[in-house]
Amino acid sequence: MIRVEGLTKDYGPHRAIDDLTFNAEEGEILGFLGPNGAGKTTTMRILCGYMPPTLGKAEVSGYDVVDQSLEVRRRVGYMPETVPLYPDMTVFDYLKYMADLRHLKNVEDRVDGVIEKMNLEKRASSFISSLSKGLRQRVGLAQAIIHDPEVLILDEPTIGLDPAQIIEVRNLIRELGREHIVLLSTHILSEAQQVCNRVIIINNGKIVAGDTPERLQARLTGARHVSVQVGGDSDGLEEVLNNIPGITHISTNVDGNIVFETVPGQEPRPEVAKTIVSAGYDLLEMRPVGISLENVFLQLTRDEPSHPESPEDEPIEDEEGVEQEGN
Amino acid sequence: MRNIWIIASREYKLYFSSPVAYMIAFVLLLVLGIFFFLNLQVAAFQPGFVPGVEVFLAPLATMLVMITPAVTTRLLAEEKRLGTIELLLTAPVRDWELVIGKWLGGFLFLLTIVAITIIFPLMLNQLVKPGIDQGPVISGYIGIILLCAALVGIGVAISSLFSNPIAAFVTTLGVFIFLWWILDPITRVMGPAGSGIDLIRYLNFSDHFFANLFRGVIELGDIIFYLSVTALSLFLGTVSVEMGRWR
Repeated sequence: MIRVEGLTKDYGPHRAIDDLTFNAEEGEILGFLGPNGAGKTTTMRILCGYMPPTLGKAEVSGYDVVDQSLEVRRRVGYMPETVPLYPDMTVFDYLKYMADLRHLKNVEDRVDGVIEKMNLEKRASSFISSLSKGLRQRVGLAQAIIHDPEVLILDEPTIGLDPAQIIEVRNLIRELGREHIVLLSTHILSEAQQVCNRVIIINNGKIVAGDTPERLQARLTGARHVSVQVGGDSDGLEEVLNNIPGITHISTNVDGNIVFETVPGQEPRPEVAKTIVSAGYDLLEMRPVGISLENVFLQLTRDEPSHPESPEDEPIEDEEGVEQEGN
Repeated sequence: MRNIWIIASREYKLYFSSPVAYMIAFVLLLVLGIFFFLNLQVAAFQPGFVPGVEVFLAPLATMLVMITPAVTTRLLAEEKRLGTIELLLTAPVRDWELVIGKWLGGFLFLLTIVAITIIFPLMLNQLVKPGIDQGPVISGYIGIILLCAALVGIGVAISSLFSNPIAAFVTTLGVFIFLWWILDPITRVMGPAGSGIDLIRYLNFSDHFFANLFRGVIELGDIIFYLSVTALSLFLGTVSVEMGRWR
């Protein structure tokens, strides 16, 4: 369980995160979504006991991240964005070192277990310097889960991977999400959509929205878009649908599919299906086409109301923030 | 305590998986060997000259001042450069355990190299009749061990300030040269009456070694000096690591 209340962190005059409040419960994969420099890394570093916040409170599994930092660190697995590893150690030695530092029992078995889980058996005795980016990512993940932590914090876990590796890592995270609370940050929207149960959108250090990916889309777009495909000729279908209450903006797209929007709060789809069939068309497919989270995200992070605090130096400070987090 | 040992033993083993360890040992033993050989030659020609423990202890102390930066520079600066410090600082390890663990790893490595130099007094004991004075050997090595502890301590503290090992190396070497060679002429230039002279004289690293321990005299003040420098360095190193969290 993660509880965060009024979390604020200043780097000198620059406020990296501002009054964040959120919770995460068991079995949840919580996505932290935001542009670079939004404060994702800072928040994660505070949660894993790396740095103390300037203001506010954060608890992990009931332990305060400042006062009971060691207890928190025992229960958190963390993979930093840069996936730092020792290039001059072998995969096995490195994982054993990390396991030793956590005082695990049966260290060798644990290491073997995690190596197997991450499919690293063939490279266990290779030096880390010889591994590809994807393999290093897996070693980084292995290090984060070796002590079977209650909370797993992953900073941009798929950055720099090729598409096949991305899919692999996402599947892994989903699997890990069954046993751990996973907090992951990303600026890839489709990733948050695919992997997370809940998404918090953060911009300029503030939470701008937080909900399930589906609900975020629905809430922000208001209406749902539905696409209908019929067999054969669809001439005249638009007029037929026009008479059904609760749907608007009927149009035919380039593929010949009919697309319409539903009025918020109404569910006209059963009626649409009946009408199409009774009008003699062969209904092949009817599916919702959500406006992607991408649009929601841009909507939320753009056109921000002007910041009350020193707006003139904001952009410069922001860039510094990005660089700090990149290091 | 366990964490200190885990960190120290990783550091210790890591020295031997890189060529740095072997180069350091090779250069140190080569230089000492040359000095040793030359002194034996001199003794062969000069009937009055009996080589003692000083023929290898003095160059050993000087060499340690020069090679210790190469041993310590990596300890924390490399962690910062690789970003692995983030893993150590989010592992359930206290900051002081990390710093002391790093120090212990470097210290034990240096002691291993120093241990090899025991062959010189053993050889000398065979060559000189009726054997060399044992007192200066024991006190001299106590001094060398204390000197190593203090030098590695300072090296770790400086290493914690940098994320570039080369910058850490140069700074450490500069500080050592200052403490070992430059403070001595300063005290002489200032004379016995200069203000703050006592502090400068007290900080003179080489004086604490050469004045007593080197000559076979074990003075408590010198032992306390090296131990305090070690403790203070490790404390400052811990503060520096802790401050790194706030940035």
